[in-house]
Order: sequence, then structure tokens, then C-alpha cells
Amino acid sequence: MLAAHHYFFIVINQSFQKNLQNHIQNIQQKDHNAFVNLYFEEAQKKAKALDEKQQKKESIGKMTGKIIGLKDLFCYQDHPVQACSKILQGFIAQIQATAVQRLLDEDAIIIGHQNCDEFGMGASNENSIFGPVLHPTHDNYTPGGSSGGSAVAVKKNMCSIALGTDTGGSVRQPAAFCGVIGLKPTYARISRHGVIAYASSLDTVGILSKSIQSIQQTLTVVAGQDIWDNTVSRKPVPVYTNPIQEDKKKMRIAYIKEMMMGDILQTSVQKQTKYTIEKMKKLGYRVDEISFPYLSYVLPTYHIISNAEASTNLARYDGVRYGYRTKNYTNLEEMYTKTRTEGFGKEVKRRILLGTFVLTAERYRQYFLKAQKVRRLVQDYFLKIFQSYDYIITPTTPTTAFAHEAYSKNPQKMYSTDLYTVPASLAGIPAIALPNGADHKGLPISIQLMAPFFEEHRLLHFAEHLMEINVVDGGL
Amino acid sequence: MTDCIIEKYIPIIGLEVHAQLITKRKIFAPEAAVYGALPNTYTSAITLAHPGTLPSINQAAIVQAIKLGLSCQANITTYNHFDRKNYCYPDLTKGYQITQNSTPIASKGFIKIQTSDTKEKKITLTRIHLEEDTGKSLYNISPGEGLIDYNRAGTPLIEIVTDPVISSGEEAYQYLKTLRKLLRHLDICDGNMEEGSLRCDANISVMKKGDTKWGTKVEVKNMNSMRHVELAIQYEIKRQVEILQKNENIMSATRMYNATTGKTVHMRKKETANDYRYFPEPDISPIVIEKKWLESIQAQMPLLPEQWLEKLINTYQLSTYDAQNILEDKHLAAYYEAVCTDITYYKTAANWILGPIKSYLNEKNIPIQAYPLQTSTVTAIIRLIEEENVHFSIVVQKIHPILLKKTTKTPLEVAKSLGVWQTLDEEKNLQTTIQKILNQHIAKVKTYQNGKKGLLGFFMGKIMQATKGKVNPKKANDVLKTCIENHSCAADEGLR
Repeated sequence: MLAAHHYFFIVINQSFQKNLQNHIQNIQQKDHNAFVNLYFEEAQKKAKALDEKQQKKESIGKMTGKIIGLKDLFCYQDHPVQACSKILQGFIAQIQATAVQRLLDEDAIIIGHQNCDEFGMGASNENSIFGPVLHPTHDNYTPGGSSGGSAVAVKKNMCSIALGTDTGGSVRQPAAFCGVIGLKPTYARISRHGVIAYASSLDTVGILSKSIQSIQQTLTVVAGQDIWDNTVSRKPVPVYTNPIQEDKKKMRIAYIKEMMMGDILQTSVQKQTKYTIEKMKKLGYRVDEISFPYLSYVLPTYHIISNAEASTNLARYDGVRYGYRTKNYTNLEEMYTKTRTEGFGKEVKRRILLGTFVLTAERYRQYFLKAQKVRRLVQDYFLKIFQSYDYIITPTTPTTAFAHEAYSKNPQKMYSTDLYTVPASLAGIPAIALPNGADHKGLPISIQLMAPFFEEHRLLHFAEHLMEINVVDGGL
Repeated sequence: MTDCIIEKYIPIIGLEVHAQLITKRKIFAPEAAVYGALPNTYTSAITLAHPGTLPSINQAAIVQAIKLGLSCQANITTYNHFDRKNYCYPDLTKGYQITQNSTPIASKGFIKIQTSDTKEKKITLTRIHLEEDTGKSLYNISPGEGLIDYNRAGTPLIEIVTDPVISSGEEAYQYLKTLRKLLRHLDICDGNMEEGSLRCDANISVMKKGDTKWGTKVEVKNMNSMRHVELAIQYEIKRQVEILQKNENIMSATRMYNATTGKTVHMRKKETANDYRYFPEPDISPIVIEKKWLESIQAQMPLLPEQWLEKLINTYQLSTYDAQNILEDKHLAAYYEAVCTDITYYKTAANWILGPIKSYLNEKNIPIQAYPLQTSTVTAIIRLIEEENVHFSIVVQKIHPILLKKTTKTPLEVAKSLGVWQTLDEEKNLQTTIQKILNQHIAKVKTYQNGKKGLLGFFMGKIMQATKGKVNPKKANDVLKTCIENHSCAADEGLR
């Protein structure tokens, strides 16, 4: 049943209701605009029921009493969900996301829906109909995005675990900016059923928390086959908390040369990462420099594919069946045009237009098909690297958090903050962002570990190991 | 226009047929696809394209498509994926239709049709692919409003596209008839064109004989029966030839068939092809049809209509005509075969099925599956006729109606209770009766013997009268002939 660990004991000693109350207090104190909907009453009822269950010594689930936050892309049956977009105004989910259902089945408590960039499109959480999210420690700074609200909520103990989505870095980048742990598992490890789509072939459910154990537990519960998502892997799901017997010292680690240099890389991030690598070497780890020649192609490739898929994934928001519909129209075409013009934000519209363009018969070969080919090259290259190495280590982001509105007029610059996270997204491999020190302003720095397909088990244990030996500080 | 002008042109026709598959659930959603249900009652969140929903493929639809492919000897595609066809219309919930653009599940293949009693033609197929149906827009219910019924959305469809090898409305009709029979035979589609479970669009062009360049293609839609397809094509060929005769150009367009006027009407121009922005559907994993799977489907394939026809002709020695009639409905053919399990009176069994059973079914307007008698009962009926000499017409008129009411009785029991069995067909009794009649009509017997053979009917009538019809006419006829020819009228005269 339950692995006896640190966090669990705290919960028992304080009671589930008390623990929940602490989280609620944190939200009430200063919510940083991290939440868009809160479900306190329901959560309290559930916590009370769990306390009673506990007293009666009835069996409890693997996630009992854990306080969970959901990015506003997860369908939680009979609760509002609107992808932080006007177009889904008033929409109530009729389905339950598989990941959410599996957490509820294990007695988790869902505290609310969290702010994010509209449909997960953004890197600063500024593209939300509910307004921007404030960085956990620096109000003038963005928390990153698109799962910005989730990262802030975890950092500020408004929830202990958050489910986010990572399409090009949307879990890892905000985790990095806020100083928490963010896991993007292998593509297709977790069902996307009930997760509002941005780019189907890249969208991956991710987990944010301060503790590796919580991530291990959550992944154990939510991962695996699902009848509602036929793209999910049928690979058996390990119990990720189970120890792995392997000599960590024998692990072969590579770092990517191109991600350790260049104008884009902030000096403090570069220094910190170099320092970490040196520390590992000193402790006797084998860490080699390798080259990743496709780095300059990953962002265009990512944007062509993700925009193309987004342009058709978002076609269903037409005002016909649900969500927002314009007030004034005289015919169908006008209804469509006005609804979508008024309902979508600027960034979403930009991506729909670009995505539509790259799929036109005239441009398909030139853009979409070529991007698919580059994506395959990236994938193959990672497979090749992993023939010789167990893990790849890189900075999670080229810079620490940036100020609000700093990049809002410069989409190129905004997109570039995903440069180091996008390669794992294109390849579909698992990657984790781990807090690792801070810059001179006190803004968190983060290190990224990537592993081969479906090697989350080893990846999580290796990350934990690096924190245990103080190579990576883990934000604590 | 005279036919001889039309004969100077060659029509080139290709058909696109959409067939709704018979499956328990929709192609990507869990609910059933039901025709005629209350609007929007078979619509899950998946069908309505709610945010967060994903398609989950119904394997049964794939199997159905493969079955059709196999029966047309088409190539089955091993590596299949689906594509998104993007366009917006309110009856299309996702804003794209999931279809197979670049990897149709089957390609090539053919369907053989009869162009006349003796001639056959192979209609070659370009492709068969899987896709989903859309909802239905209803414009005539509430003025100024368009209503949509999404019950149909997500119904599994196969599209069957022929090569442009059809050359007349009659051929198109024959093709559709054969295709529909095949679809029904395989339990793939109920083939109801009025309800729209089978839909056909025709691409029609004509070119002058001797020309090498094809004419401009016109697409005709909205034909709700096979006859309409035939008529629409005939009309369209005439229309196009007339235009060409006037040295005018044919406009590339989509036209609607109007069943009331029998004419096709311009709907929209085809200036540039729509850009559907096809790309591989990322929400459905590629489907690989492994050899093993294909073999297991092949093993489940029923006898095809053509093979079955051969079997009926060869094994049961039926005429092609009878065999074809029995095979009109595969359930009827199966019923026939079941009746013939233990007997070899194949022809009588065929007559029984095509005669009294079929007229009963027609009268009640029910399928053979609803016919009250078990096959073993019908086998017993055939035995009664063949082995007990109870005449066919007696069984039809007297025994069959009782059996239909009392289905637990055996035909023999009914025959006995009616007294038609046991006494009447004993030859002796029959002979005595006939002799009696002949003796009463000596003059007529003489006339007969002198060559007026038509009088046989008169005597038969008397026999039927005397026996109250409980006699096997064939047998009576035989006995009568023997008696009448050997009758010594003189002796009888003397007796008088």
C-alpha cells in the first residue's frame, strides 16, 4: 500500500483537515493569482471523510489527503474548465480526465483549478483571460508558463502536487522559474483523456511538486493504459517509489555543448550549471561533453508542428455547441468569425493562423513535412546519444525568470525561453527540472535531466540521488 | 435529341458510394448510431467534440472495411493511419473529419456486374477507406434557424470509389445493385438509400468517340435511390452532349438531382479545389493490419454471393434463375440450405420456398427470419409431397395455413387430421373413382379417343369435384390417361 515516508507522517499527525486548512490559509493569505477556481468546501468535506476513515482504520488510497491543484486544462467532472480562455466561458466539464479520476480513486483532495496561459500557449502566464500570475517571490516577475499558476501554488504551499501539461516546456520552465521540481514524463506515458488539447503529438501531462517522492507516487497512480486514449503506451507502470539497485557512480552522463554557450544563455545559469558538472566530476562521475547539432532547428520545428496541430485542435471552439458565442451576428459566417475573434487571445490567434498556413496544400511540404522530418532526426539523435549515455544534463532554461511584459511584444524572444526544453518534447523522452541555486536577484536556477524513453523510474531516483549528495540543491 | 447523336459520345462515369457500417457503437465514440431516434439523444461528449475528448477507434469498423476489401479482391493496406480533413460547418463538431486520405484501408479490387443476361463487366475500384459521418443540418423545421441533429455524427462510414469505368446509367444501376447485395450479404451495411445509410455521388463526363482527352467532369449529388442514380446519369449525359453539340463548354460543377423533375440542377462551381489541409491524425495511433489478423478475418469470411450461386447451381442442381431468386436474400438462401440438409428433393424445396413461403413473406411484408415455421417443418412438408404423394397444391392451400397457426404440429399430423393423407392417394380408390366417372360420360370418352385430347380437362374437373380436391392432380392425370385410353366404350355401351 503506502510507502512510509516523511510527508505521509506529517499528514497523519496533523490530520487531513488540518493539513488542508494550512494550504487554504496559504491561498487566502496571498494567492498570486495562481488559482482560477477554488473548491474549498468540497475539499473540506473530503478531508473530513478521510479523517473519519483514518480513525476507523479503514483502508485508504495511495494519495490519501494529498492536496492537488489542476492546471485549467484538466477536465474535473461537473466543475468549470476553460483553458484560461474566453472562448470556453461558462463551460462545465462533463467528462473526467483519466489522470484526475485516478487521483480521486486514491483519495487525493483537489483544491482548485490553476491559472495558465490560454490553451497552454505561452511561457509567462501572461496570456490568460484571468490575468497574469505573480512570481512566488518577486511580484514584478513572471512565474513562467504555461503552467505558471501550478508552479507558484506548489512553491507557496497552496497545494502539494499540481498536474500541469508540458508541450514544449510548460511544466519544466515554470518549475525552473519558481524553484520547484517539474517532471515531463515520456510522451504517451499518461493519458491525455480529459486534458484540453494544444498540440496532440507533443502534449504531455506533467507533475509539479517540491518532493521527488510525491512525483513518484503521483506518476505511479496516473500513468498507464487507458481505454479513452488509444495513443497511451501499454507498457507496464512500475512503482516509481520502489528503490532501484544500481551503482549510481557508474552512470554515464552527457552535457550538451551547444546548451552551455551562446548569447541567449544567462551568465549565472551557465556558471551554476558548469559548477554542478564540475562537482559531479570531482565526486567521480563520468560526465562528457557531447554535441547536439540540431539545436538551432528545434524551435522552428516545434512551432510548425505545434501550431499546425493547434490550428485544427482549436477548430471545435466555434460557438455552435458550447462556450462563448458572440452577441451580434446575422449569419453563420459572421457568428463564426466574431465568436473566434472575440473569444481567443492574441497569442492563440497568432498560432492558429500560422498553423493554418503551414498546413495549406501549397506549404505543407515546405513546412509541415519538413518539420516532421527534422523531428525524426532529433528523435534518432537522442536514441543514438542514449546508446552511450544514461542521462543528459542541461540547464532547464537559458535564463532565470523575466519581468512582466518584458517579452510580451517580442514573441521570438518569448519562444526562445523554451530552447532547452523543446528538444525532449520533440523527441518524446522524459525530462525533469530540478531547482539548483539562484542568481544574484535570488531568482531560482534550474537544471534539467533527460533520460531515454520510459526511464522515468531511473530518472527520478537519479534526480533524488543528486539531491541527496548535494550536487543539486533541490530548492530546499 | 436522337440516340444516334448520343452514340457519337462516350460517357465516362465514376461513382463514390458512402456506406454506413453496421456496428454496435460509433467509429470513435462509445454510443450507438441509431437512425430515426429523437434528435441529439445519441451524442456523447466525444461526438460533440467537448474539450479534452479523444477518438477511440472501434475495431469492428476496421474489420467490416477489410471484409469488403477482401471480397472485392482488393489490396489491404498493412500500415494505416487516419487523417484530418479540415473544414468548418456546424454539423462537423471537431472542425475536421477523421478520414483516411493517404492510406485507404483497401485499394484496387473490382466488383463484377451483369450488363445483360450473358455479359459481365468488372467495375474496378480505386479505393475503399474508413471515415466518420457528420451530423445532420435541418433547415426546414424552424424558420430562420438551422437546427442540427448530431445523432448521425460519428457513424462509421466506408467510402467506395470506382475507377472511371462505368459507361451508362444502367451500368451504374447494376453496379449499385451488386454492391448493395454484397454489403448486405457481408452484414456491413443495410443498404437503405432512402434513409441515407447508402449514398451515392456520380462523377460524369462525356467525350466524342475518337477523342483522347476526357471531357469536363460534373459531380451529381442527392440521389436517393438506385433508380435515381440511373436516371440522373442518363439525364446528365444527354445534357452534356447537348451542350457539346452546340459547341459550348461544360462547366466543372456540382449539381443536384431533382427527383420530381428528373433533372440535375446547378449547385456550385468547382473553381478551385477546396484546401482541406489534410494531415495525419495525431490522436489515433497508426493501425497495423498484421498478417495474422488479416488471416483470421479471412477465415471468418462467409461464402460470397458469386460462390454461393455456384454452390446452389452445382450442389443443388438448381437453374440459374431459381438460384438467383433464392440468393436475392442471403437469409433465404441459408434457410433453403437448412431445409435441404436431410433431403435431396432440391427442386421441390426451391419451388416451395420461392412459391408459398415467398408469397407469405410478401403478403405479411416480413423477412424470412420472421417466418414462423422451422426449417425442419419445411423439410417435413417436402417429404409429405415427395414421399407421401400429398399434392403440392393441397399442402399450399390446406396444410400450410394450419401449420402457420399451429407451428408445433407436424405436416403429417395435419394431413392426417384433414384426411388428405391415407385414403385419397391410394391408387385403387382413385382408379375406381375414375372408372365411375368415365362410365358416366361414355360419349365424351369416345370423342376423346377419336382425338379430342382437350377433354382431359373436363374429366380432371369431374375427378376433382368427386374427390373434393383431395387428390394429387398429377397422379390423377396419369391414372386418367391410362384409364381413358384403355376404356372399352362398346362393352360399357352394351351394359347400358
